[in-house]
Amino acid sequence: MSSRSLYAIAPHLSRAECEAITKRVLGFSTADECRVSVNSGMRQNTRFAVNQISTAGDDYNATVTIRSVIGKKVASVTVNRLDDASLRAAVDNSERIARLAPEDPELLPELGPQAYRDSIVWSDATASLEPEARAAAVRAISDPARKAGLISTGYLEANAGSQAVANNKGLFAYSRSTSSAFTTTVRTADGTGSGWAGASDNDFQRIDPRLLGERAIEKARQSVNPVAIEPGRYTVILEPTAVANLLQSITGSLNARSADEGRSFFSKAGGGNKLGEKVVDERVTLVSDPLDPRVPANTFGGDGMPNDKVTWIENGVVKTLAYDRFWAQKSNKAPVSAAGTLAMLGGTSSMEEMIASTERGILVTRFWYIRGVDPRTILSTGLTRDGTFLIENGKVTRPVKNLRYNDSPIFMLNNLLMMGRPERVSASEAGGPGQPIIVPALKARDFNFTSTSDAI
Amino acid sequence: MTASRREFLQQSAAAAAALGLASAALAPPLHAVAPDFRGDASHKELALRAIDAAKAAGADYADARISSARSQNIGTRERRVTNIGDNETFGFGVRVLVGGAWGFAASSNLTADEVVRVARQAVAQARANRAAMVKPVELAPIHHPPVPNGVWNSPVRIDPFTVAIEDKVAYLLEANAAALAAGARFVNSNMFFLKDEKTFASTLGTVTQQTIFRAQPGMTVTMVSPDNRDFQTRQSTDVQPKGLGYEHVLDSDLKRHAARWAEEARQKLTAKPVEVGRYDLILHPTHLWLTIHEAIAHPTELDRAYGFEANYAGTSHLAPPEAKLGKFRFGPDFMNILAERSAPGSLSACGWDDEGVAPEAFHIVKDGIFVDYQTTREQAMWLDWWYKQRNLPTRSHGCSYAQTWADVQFQRMPNVNLEAGEKDLVWEDLISATEDGIAIIGDGSFSIDQQRYNAQFGGQLFYEVKKGKITGMLKDVAYQIRTPEFWNAMDMIGGKRSYELCGAFGDAKGQPSQSNAVTHACPPTRHKQVNIINTGRTA
Repeated sequence: MSSRSLYAIAPHLSRAECEAITKRVLGFSTADECRVSVNSGMRQNTRFAVNQISTAGDDYNATVTIRSVIGKKVASVTVNRLDDASLRAAVDNSERIARLAPEDPELLPELGPQAYRDSIVWSDATASLEPEARAAAVRAISDPARKAGLISTGYLEANAGSQAVANNKGLFAYSRSTSSAFTTTVRTADGTGSGWAGASDNDFQRIDPRLLGERAIEKARQSVNPVAIEPGRYTVILEPTAVANLLQSITGSLNARSADEGRSFFSKAGGGNKLGEKVVDERVTLVSDPLDPRVPANTFGGDGMPNDKVTWIENGVVKTLAYDRFWAQKSNKAPVSAAGTLAMLGGTSSMEEMIASTERGILVTRFWYIRGVDPRTILSTGLTRDGTFLIENGKVTRPVKNLRYNDSPIFMLNNLLMMGRPERVSASEAGGPGQPIIVPALKARDFNFTSTSDAI
Repeated sequence: MTASRREFLQQSAAAAAALGLASAALAPPLHAVAPDFRGDASHKELALRAIDAAKAAGADYADARISSARSQNIGTRERRVTNIGDNETFGFGVRVLVGGAWGFAASSNLTADEVVRVARQAVAQARANRAAMVKPVELAPIHHPPVPNGVWNSPVRIDPFTVAIEDKVAYLLEANAAALAAGARFVNSNMFFLKDEKTFASTLGTVTQQTIFRAQPGMTVTMVSPDNRDFQTRQSTDVQPKGLGYEHVLDSDLKRHAARWAEEARQKLTAKPVEVGRYDLILHPTHLWLTIHEAIAHPTELDRAYGFEANYAGTSHLAPPEAKLGKFRFGPDFMNILAERSAPGSLSACGWDDEGVAPEAFHIVKDGIFVDYQTTREQAMWLDWWYKQRNLPTRSHGCSYAQTWADVQFQRMPNVNLEAGEKDLVWEDLISATEDGIAIIGDGSFSIDQQRYNAQFGGQLFYEVKKGKITGMLKDVAYQIRTPEFWNAMDMIGGKRSYELCGAFGDAKGQPSQSNAVTHACPPTRHKQVNIINTGRTA
């Protein structure tokens, strides 16, 4: 991205500015405990449709959230005006509301000072991605698409900002972070073929727009005039994006309290939770690590707790469930504060090997409109989209019409056959940066497709 | 697509966007009570200053939106308040058209200098975007003269922000107590309010100020089986979000319903698993609104038909327009789909849309035939040929909307309603006319493809209907449809008495994704021989 200027870093509040703001707020506070969270930054985006930029925008915002505790009563107020009068009014408002709240029996005291490791989520290149550079990135896709007689549409988002947490017990945490995503859908002019490609990274320099364009163009061409196949159980080869689409729904269930309360897949029959139980194939390991350079995240959580590396599932066995501080105390466990990232360990199979070893199966680029159907099994439904192909006798033979599935990532990970090397993907349905996630492509048997779709 | 109300509530309460849709950022809408516009005059002045600066910098057209929005969320579980949060957001956005290309910039720093800087930034943005321009944007004329001093307010009786917190908390905890007394294992309840004061100014001379309110009380009751092997929930879909004030909370009276919801959740534990097959479906308005949203309102967005949303929300099976308008049979002759932004208490009601157009009511489907799309000023031009053919003016239907000051406005759906039938039929009439069917109340899981053909919907409550009577509760029910067949299989429709306003806050579209609030009013309907699947599996 030669046109990117490295001199115009998107505005965000510095450590010193955040220290000054939190100090001012804590100075206004008369509450027993007060926590101040400061978030600021720029969202920079460019959209394109039908081979030209449709809208683009830059917006800056800075918010301060004040959480006041009076006795055992709590309330929070968020404002985005940072002058003294506004902040003082917000402090007063949070204290006034807190006084009117009933006591919270689950309230725990604010944390004292904590030690944090430095986060590694910042990229100057992402933070300085100005409109001209974004337009150039778009043209790296839209020009070749137009020349090929195809129709490209897509979205580039680059965010840069800072986060700080402080309280009147002496805790202070600050970090800067960037995130970016670039996704594109290329369709044939007659609407009979559609291909998608996308990537997400905190460092935009690791995203290659030209390569994304080539992949989407290739998929659009290959997917023309799909044939309908009977729904049913199929061996599937899921590209990493499709795997991530499915796995994301596990993340929200990895919670000890809902499991202990009997309302989760991780609840155990008869009571308790599935910690220590094998729930998926022994090759499956799921980790959140804020310092994983492939999917980095902040090293502290919203209440100022340091985020540690957490292994959720190791060799198929449930190793950790998330415990907030209250539930940990009640259960006599250590609290678990995890970064919102997900990494799945992979294998060594190449995509070619997975295809070559498949007698009959479906190759899936990605899934769309995934919604939970049954939380007892984390069963969801959704559809394939923008590149779905039939594999016969070890070869990709033809495009097929999109298919709706009803299945659970838990079942899929029990039916695992082969795994590739992990890749970071853009798995957010809306095409924004979404959850940082790195997963392998994989092959699984008996994936449950329940109907076909005419949508292209 | 929509992030359902539930999802919206979950996200506001917790922030765990478990399954997909990243929507549900709060957006502004409504109008009302006391016109106590903060900084009233100065907002107008600043908005005008912004568009003047944009013009001076070379904009052919500019509009500025200044918004001061306050929201409040109170969450509880059982006997405890889990969250009381107030949020105020304040800022402005400037949109410009330069040589046929759009530019947009926004900032939370509302000062005389910053509005000028941001206006110039929007112009610079538009110039950068022109580099990749193929076809310049043209705007349709507005059908009414400029409105120099427009004022509109949501029709609220009680501003929620004047109601004491302790009253709100007591309301929720009493409702929880009623659910617990009825045997609920867990109960979560909450209420959400929004008040958005929006000032709009455009270079065409329109300046409007609108105050928009939204209110939603809600509850989820959970039952767990004695052996911990099953759990079931009942969400309060009998209570819908509205463009109203605190009176909507009082009228909703969660406490009165709580024991029944608990009992219904208990019944779900022992309900009979559905047998797969084809059944006649009877759909309650509290369920049907979401099917209308996904399968009618979304595919009739004109930007989708032209491919503008291909990378996220998707395109439409109703394309190209010249092959579908006036030709595509959506459903039976008695099917009429009316779009509007005026129904009192509806979620998309307003005086002017976010580009200064007074919305009008228009038919999307008339006597079963598809006749129009949802449009903005930019998009109306694309259908010039169709309006000329029908002797109608080419003008926007007033469907421009931005979720907050920080987001650029674009085409969003208004209220898209299925009009009541002529016969005075109600829910019970549809049941008693059905030999072998399933009746569904409340919305549940929902998923639809990117062109809006193949959809799957769950629900809250499913009842077996035999020989005109409800004979028991079913569970693990979902229906799968192909939308054209589904609407053409509609053979009964309720009358005006059974027409209800339902809807959601989390209608998501656009990149970055923006959340729209929308009502889909409808009566109950019956659909012949729909494919039912059983979603229950054992882990």
